[in-house]
Amino acid sequence: MFANSMYGYYFSLALRSFKRNKVLTALMVLAIALGIGASMTTLTVFHVLSGDPIPHKSDRLFYPRLDPATMTGYQPGQEPESQMTRFDAEALLREKRGDRQALMTAGGVAIEPERNGLNPFVANARYTTADFFPMFDAPFEYGRGWTAEDDKARARVVVISAELNEKLFGGGNSVGKSLRAEQNAFKIIGVLKAWRPSPRFYDLTQSRFGSDEQLFIPFWTSRALDMSPNGNMNCWGSGARDGGEDKEGNYGVNADCAWLQYWVELDSPAKADAYRRYLANYSDQQRAAGRFERPTNIRLDDVMAWLDTNGVVPSDVRLQGWLAFGFLFVCLVNTIGLLLAKFLRRSAEIGVRRALGATRREVFVQYLIEAGVVGLAGGALGIGFALLGLWAVRQQPTDYAELANLDGSMLLAAIAITLFASLLAGLLPAWRACQIAPAIQLKSQ
Amino acid sequence: MDIRPILSTLRRHKTASALIVLEIALSCAIVCNALFLIDTRMERMNRDTGLAEDEIVRVNVAGIGTNDNADAAAKTDLAALRAIPGVKYATMTNHVPFDDSSWNSSVSIKPDQQIPSLNVGVYLGDEQLLETFGLKLAAGRDFLPEEYIDMSTIGDDTSIAAAIVTRGMAEKLFPGENAVGKLLHDSWGTDPIKIVGVVDSLIRPNDNEGPVNAQNSMLLPIRPVSGRFAIRTSPERREEVLKAAVATLEKVNRSRIIMDQGAFTDVIDEYYQQDKAMAWLLGAVCVALMIVTALGIVGLASFWVQQRTKQIGVRRALGATRGQILRYFQTENFLLATIGIVLGMLGAFGLNQLLMTHYELPRLPALYLPVGAVALWLLGQIAVYGPAKRAAAVPPAVATRSV
Repeated sequence: MFANSMYGYYFSLALRSFKRNKVLTALMVLAIALGIGASMTTLTVFHVLSGDPIPHKSDRLFYPRLDPATMTGYQPGQEPESQMTRFDAEALLREKRGDRQALMTAGGVAIEPERNGLNPFVANARYTTADFFPMFDAPFEYGRGWTAEDDKARARVVVISAELNEKLFGGGNSVGKSLRAEQNAFKIIGVLKAWRPSPRFYDLTQSRFGSDEQLFIPFWTSRALDMSPNGNMNCWGSGARDGGEDKEGNYGVNADCAWLQYWVELDSPAKADAYRRYLANYSDQQRAAGRFERPTNIRLDDVMAWLDTNGVVPSDVRLQGWLAFGFLFVCLVNTIGLLLAKFLRRSAEIGVRRALGATRREVFVQYLIEAGVVGLAGGALGIGFALLGLWAVRQQPTDYAELANLDGSMLLAAIAITLFASLLAGLLPAWRACQIAPAIQLKSQ
Repeated sequence: MDIRPILSTLRRHKTASALIVLEIALSCAIVCNALFLIDTRMERMNRDTGLAEDEIVRVNVAGIGTNDNADAAAKTDLAALRAIPGVKYATMTNHVPFDDSSWNSSVSIKPDQQIPSLNVGVYLGDEQLLETFGLKLAAGRDFLPEEYIDMSTIGDDTSIAAAIVTRGMAEKLFPGENAVGKLLHDSWGTDPIKIVGVVDSLIRPNDNEGPVNAQNSMLLPIRPVSGRFAIRTSPERREEVLKAAVATLEKVNRSRIIMDQGAFTDVIDEYYQQDKAMAWLLGAVCVALMIVTALGIVGLASFWVQQRTKQIGVRRALGATRGQILRYFQTENFLLATIGIVLGMLGAFGLNQLLMTHYELPRLPALYLPVGAVALWLLGQIAVYGPAKRAAAVPPAVATRSV
């Protein structure tokens, strides 16, 4: 009880001391608040961008890579192709060595709405295979995804996003309805709930945090209807090996072009090891058959490793983070200096207290509380600044803008940083204050 | 002025002095690098694209379904666009710079080269490509009418008749030589392509290969079917021409979707938005740092003045002038700032080393150091002036009073 009332008394002493030096106190609080605000803003953006897009199974989803290019430009030790050729992706899919697997690419599809007053528009699409939905846990509002049989039959079926469903049909269960895309009729078999993995880890060649994909179409259906894929393509040799005859050109099965993403689900580390051996074997076989020229160079990254390899957090965001923490550090040094000046200015007062029997510990605690109050006030204001800063980030034209929000864990981090920073700032001045000898201060200057 | 008494005073206030020095050093290190970063961003934003930036508008369209006669349709579209009043030139290209699309190709100067010489951006277009972009020929000639071919006719046995490269690319491939007449080996067509012209400047469609490769671009006489139209007009007629162009394209073919439309200057602005935001942010941090540092100096100097009131009174009573007191505090600040600046410069170089390894930045030019030093010296002197003035106003009579 005694201790409690003592802390309460120190707290009121601190408030009285602030009243005596309003401007100085306000400046200290403001400096800490600016530092905390800037750091929390950048830390939150960093946190959002470096987060795990599929936390419950990111360690079971893998992105295999092969090195199918010719020897031209080969340098030992370099990373293999970042995407797969259609030949390899279809072969791996056929051999089905994972628990689930899918090949995919982005596409742009012109949609002709039947609803009056709506002009044709182009929507982002994904051409993929049946396992895509269960593998990535895409949540269905209505209906279901398609089956491997639909894939083989080049079925004209489509799964649409909640957003497209709202736009075309005003929401509701649209399963069974028809959708006109690229001059062909598709049957809607599924409607997704709002689903937005951030970043869109399964295809990093597209806008990584940007707007959602609106429709999902079986891959071979898209090829049969000559629907145009989007994204990066890397070709080598003569590109389309039989470009003259193959109507599909660079998108053909035998084209020497890498343009597909391939994902596989492997439910245990043992299976991942086995899959690595399988990839190496596959690569050796392809070389023996004369398709591959380079030495076997395979990769099997899980989601977080693949994101890391691709440097998903923009370098500007990292730079802003360092800048903000540098700024916070200067603000802290500044606060330490000002608190020190403020406390030592009251040397006479401290001397009297010490002479009247206050222990060093008591003086130390009193001044640490005063510093802590400054720090906490700065921290509270700083969280306000962070909210303002994040609002400003959301106004930016970057694709991750609307994701910049302070969540619970970042709020806790903000409080932890504030407490740590303010105690750190108070430690040295409070220690110096409690070192003041009682006798000297009672003499005249 | 004798600085020994100042030094001995500072020695008795080691902690406070060290804090001020540390603050100035950190500010100096961060501000020097931040200014340099701002400058590199500004330089990037002011790069020459090589195009007649404020005379170009562009419209990107998408068709619905497949068109078996796309080449002919493109020619009809272009003829209609060229008939619009105010249109000087119009072309269909694979992309204008910075427009979310990028065609690239590896080129070699010898056949069967194991490692290609360069990776370059590739621009395609029809007979009015150079005029529409407003590119200036530095050597050689423009493509001849008979050199142009349609994209869809390219097969296994087609060869491309000619290429035009930028001066930057020519100097990299053939340093000190005339590039006109030289041969390029790449994956376009069956035979090597002859360079027929060199343009002053043409920026790559994006910066994926880094700033040193920004001028690696070449043009090929191939008419693409991309739905990307570039139109050249006069700066003041851009809005009117753009509107007419969109209306014309919609009239010629009703089943198409206008994806993007706007002036090329807007495309450039959008491309650099992130750099602009970053430059402003860095600037704001610099200002905030300077203000915080100045406040720190004011705070500590005020404390010292108050603490030494009696000492100042004694000095005044013994004959020191107000000016001497003023200069005492100014010199003290100058000394602290100097130590801080020296440490700050070392810090600035250290920080720059880190940035160079992690962010592909060039070395910090030495010019930034004197600029940073002068800025912080000035800041210190301005900050200390108030407290020093108050110190100078202490009357000699204080010496006779007891506290």
